[in-house]
Amino acid sequence: MNRFDYVRADSVPAAVAALAADPAARLIAGGTNLVDLIKYDVERPSRVVDVTRIEELKRIEETSGGGLRIGALVPNTELAYDVRVSERFPLLASAILAGATVQLRNAASTGGNINQRTRCYYFYDPHTPCNKREPGSGCPAIPGVNRIHAILGQSEHCIATHPSDMAVALAALEAIVHVAGPEGERAIAFEDYHRLPGDQPHRDNTLMPGEMVVAIELPAEASAYGRHHTYLKLRDRLSYAFALISVAAGLAIEGGVVRRARIALGGVAHKPWRRREAEALLEGQAPERAAFTATADILLEGAQGYEHNAFKIELARKAIPRALAQAAAGTPQSQTDKRIQ
Amino acid sequence: MEMIQAEAKAPQCLRVSMVVNGESHALEIEPWTTLLDLLRHQLDLSGTKKGCDHGQCGACTVLVDGRRMNACLLLAVMQDGREITTIEGLAQDGRMHPLQEAFVRHDALQCGYCTPGQIVSGVALLAEGRAKSRDDIREHMSGNICRCGAYPNIVDAIEEVAAQRAGGFREAVE
Repeated sequence: MNRFDYVRADSVPAAVAALAADPAARLIAGGTNLVDLIKYDVERPSRVVDVTRIEELKRIEETSGGGLRIGALVPNTELAYDVRVSERFPLLASAILAGATVQLRNAASTGGNINQRTRCYYFYDPHTPCNKREPGSGCPAIPGVNRIHAILGQSEHCIATHPSDMAVALAALEAIVHVAGPEGERAIAFEDYHRLPGDQPHRDNTLMPGEMVVAIELPAEASAYGRHHTYLKLRDRLSYAFALISVAAGLAIEGGVVRRARIALGGVAHKPWRRREAEALLEGQAPERAAFTATADILLEGAQGYEHNAFKIELARKAIPRALAQAAAGTPQSQTDKRIQ
Repeated sequence: MEMIQAEAKAPQCLRVSMVVNGESHALEIEPWTTLLDLLRHQLDLSGTKKGCDHGQCGACTVLVDGRRMNACLLLAVMQDGREITTIEGLAQDGRMHPLQEAFVRHDALQCGYCTPGQIVSGVALLAEGRAKSRDDIREHMSGNICRCGAYPNIVDAIEEVAAQRAGGFREAVE
């Protein structure tokens, strides 16, 4: 492995100061992605800043508004099995358990999960060009092997996807990302946290230099989908594989009518993919197949496939109505029995 | 900011202490050393295997404060003050752990390279209490790959010990 310095930050201001002082420094918590990227020579930090001893980032707390504030260091396993999460925000628990393995979820942190990098083969291989890794060097994925790549929101510079399952649920739940930086704290709506590649694919998110994630807040409204939700993930093997397509769906149904719908797709874009128009189309309607199909059509408007991933468009067109039917029926996808009902 | 003091003799080494299989160690570690390399090269605990070295195969699974993790993705310096358990630490008083015995009984291996990781992972799964069906066991063991394909027997071994514990007669077999 490349060499680097190690420092341990004992507070958020100390971590922010260490980040701000050296653009080549990287925060480390679980390390499940960063250590791997260092081994592949993709990340070359001058210094890693260990934040795992900052106690205030390890808590899950009730907010005054009836939501939950999840500290950035809460491990993925702890979050998924926290009774407040599994009872009030079961979509989040399900999405977390759909991803990775127990070993990885035990180590991985909440903040690290949303900050993980793409698994694009070319990004991971420093012997190939990659606009995300080396801006301006090109994108071999577009004419190359692109089975796991984007069909929505991509650019001529990058067709990478965001790999997180948890982030797809957080997008559907309209979570809020709390960050701390040299200028103090600010809150970022989840849909504004990750970004599309455009002509700056090296930027995964909207964090400013020196900023770090300190918490993710689940708003009280996100508990409206406790009964009608699902996280449906389709992949090349039944466990421990990144999504080809995933659908996070939450419906609030009253009197046989969808009052509120939230849908996010994973595995299809540089960020969890939402279309407010698709959700609005469902609202006020009976939860029935025709409406689900129309919703899928809007979500997939403008989708473009490549040599190896064009199948994803049709797969998504089938997966979205199936997920909405699971949510409407109150029969969320099991993450252990992989049969899809 | 607490800067961990560098040693004069080896400027990049950091002083770290941890308990491994019940024994305390005061160590000097380079920041880029993984827990896996520390165990194998500095502590001569070669039971924990290096398979992929990228968190994909589970051969390096150890317990950190009781939770199973991939040692290949953990920086050793970050384990300061932690308790680590490896395959070498599972036997008690000269007797194998019940899951080790079950692996032998069910022939739950062929080449054996993944076996230490499978067993440590399985011991953690039993403690987690989520081995309630064969589907559960398969899902919660998906971080441990066996290229010989001994999976059916691995699931059998874990299922048997889980059932013994659920029935409250863990010492009954044999």
